[in-house]
Amino acid sequence: MAMQRLFRQITAGERISGADWLLLAKKASLHELGFLAHAVRQRLHPEAVVSYVIDRNINYTDICISACKFCAFFKAPDVPDGQVLSKEELQEKIAETKALGGTQILLQGGLHPDLPLAFYEDMLRFMKGEEIHVHGFSPPEIHHFAQLSGLNTREVIRRLQVAGLDSIPGGGAEILSNRVRQEMAPNKCDADTWIRIMHEAHELGLRTTATMMFGHIEHLEERLEHLQRVRALQDKTGGFTAFIPWPFQPDHTPLAATHCIEKTSAVQYLRMLALSRIFLDNIANIQASWVTQGPKVAQLSLFFGANDFGSTMIEENVVAAAGVHFRLSEEEIRRLVQDAGFTPRQRLMDYTLL
Amino acid sequence: MNAYMDAHIEQAGLGPILEKVRAGKRLDLHDGAQLYGHSDILALGYLANIVRERINGDKAYFIYNQHINYSNICINLCKFCAFGRKREDALAYEMSIEEIRHKVRERLDEPITEVHVVGGVHPDLPFAYYTDMLRAIHEERPGVHIQAFTCVEIHHLAKIAGKPVDTTLNLLMEAGLGSMPGGGAEVFSPRIRQLTCADKISGEEWLQVAKTAHNLGLKTNATMLYGHIESIEERLDHLDALRRLQDESGGFLAFIPLAFHPKNTELGVGHSNTTGINDLKNIAVSRLMLDNFPHIKAYWVMIGPKIAQIALAFGADDLDGTVTEERITHMAGAETEQALGHKTLIRLIQEAGRQPVQRDTLYNVLEEY
Repeated sequence: MAMQRLFRQITAGERISGADWLLLAKKASLHELGFLAHAVRQRLHPEAVVSYVIDRNINYTDICISACKFCAFFKAPDVPDGQVLSKEELQEKIAETKALGGTQILLQGGLHPDLPLAFYEDMLRFMKGEEIHVHGFSPPEIHHFAQLSGLNTREVIRRLQVAGLDSIPGGGAEILSNRVRQEMAPNKCDADTWIRIMHEAHELGLRTTATMMFGHIEHLEERLEHLQRVRALQDKTGGFTAFIPWPFQPDHTPLAATHCIEKTSAVQYLRMLALSRIFLDNIANIQASWVTQGPKVAQLSLFFGANDFGSTMIEENVVAAAGVHFRLSEEEIRRLVQDAGFTPRQRLMDYTLL
Repeated sequence: MNAYMDAHIEQAGLGPILEKVRAGKRLDLHDGAQLYGHSDILALGYLANIVRERINGDKAYFIYNQHINYSNICINLCKFCAFGRKREDALAYEMSIEEIRHKVRERLDEPITEVHVVGGVHPDLPFAYYTDMLRAIHEERPGVHIQAFTCVEIHHLAKIAGKPVDTTLNLLMEAGLGSMPGGGAEVFSPRIRQLTCADKISGEEWLQVAKTAHNLGLKTNATMLYGHIESIEERLDHLDALRRLQDESGGFLAFIPLAFHPKNTELGVGHSNTTGINDLKNIAVSRLMLDNFPHIKAYWVMIGPKIAQIALAFGADDLDGTVTEERITHMAGAETEQALGHKTLIRLIQEAGRQPVQRDTLYNVLEEY
């Protein structure tokens, strides 16, 4: 009976409670979740369009003091082969991106122990000289810059914005629950700080995305807490453009070594994607994660709540470090989208179609 | 049953098919064309799942098996195949009986219940090679079930033996043949065979061998190779021919849609891998059309473990098995693992909300998890 009520409620466009979300997560079949998520997606995006962005991940450094247990990418400061990209390398990567029709750079890096805020401001000014949208610095990086500089996070965001930052990626959210973060990423900013930084960014006029990395040590209730925190902030600011959930990729990570965590299966990925689409009724876009799921499951995601294929990711390093190496060209993304019965459209960070 | 889902299926124009499916009535080719032409993969999955659960409940089967591809030397050299080689090709190989014995012996410590044997259509291995092979496998692993030789190979072996197909099958059964895999069916359409595998036996001949086997009490599987140049109509004619033979003989165990892998094949130039939607559509439509087949297999080697797992909600009830050393699909660039562990298969099934059942070749239950 409860399921019938939820079907009525969700298909009528009504918001669901946390308790209802847990019920769906536990009881609904894969078909039911797909049906409900697709209904929400179609209400928000009645046009049969699937968008994607052409961009490149640039990781300005892999040196990181955070040492998150789920990460296979970082190098501790005392490890000799960590790197910081030079301006020449940045310039070359930007030129390559633009040559491929790219419109933005996703700029993220490790929490470097001693680069000053001026270094990042200078990097932004240099990149903006190349005339490209810079989607950069996730909340843990901003938090880190604040701690190093002695400024507050709002001031750091403002300074970066003045230097040319266009928008902020939703990385480092992992699971927005303090218990989970304390256990697997104790050196990273806590859930309240992550949300506060996004709040400040939205207030300063920067759009951001939100992500979730699930399928490790978190409980179902903690996934719900994550969705609730994101939905509540979006109610206040409307600043999130998109939500991007993806499963933890365990290979070569300390967390998998100590906790025997198996890789989240495709069915569990599609369920979580659909559950995100159903709960986050105030976030316009949900991205499929082909980088972790591969082209086949990413295509199916379009029937489980996703309306965006994410990025062509001309370069990707972090997931690759965890042993997953899917590659997709723009042409291949367009073919998959068309094969699924949708029209592919290139977009910008703010989801304006080109 | 869910009124909202049903209403959605009706809105998608599939109401009459839903009615037939619920009533257990047979779908006609027109229905099949509508299903294949439909873009709502969720609706197709929902329909196929009704049939799947009626026949197999929540069970999802797997088997502990070993694949042996005894030779890739082949006189057919089909254009969709990356496995077959001419005798003089540098990559051509054939295993001696002793090598086959060794392969079986190597894995005696594993609880393998089926040895699965498929090879090329070899120009000159004598008939005794095949009967010796079967006997040797049984000597090394007494009691194992040998599923061997597609209808194409059987047709060829009958020629080599100089005997009719039924006599040939009897000789192979005496030597230990337990059942036959479903390969070599490709697409039965003469047009497709002319364009892709002109030297292979015709669809009618394939069906005739299967029928002969069924009449002798041998169970077989059936396949369809999709995702190349075949039309929807040709797929449906293929399914229809299988359904008609199954009505007559009841000898098919499972139907296995096989995704074309273009890499390293002559036919594959300019072709992409099948998409997830295409894979699931073929699973769902075959489950709906082949109402008299007990099982639909999502062969993870072909479509990947991820889509195979999802397929358990789109009509499939079997993931095949642990499969080690598969060569045929991997020669065509399949990026799937060579083997999936027992534990991984069980976990994938459980995470799909199904009950894992380890089966033997004939679908007798060995263990439920």
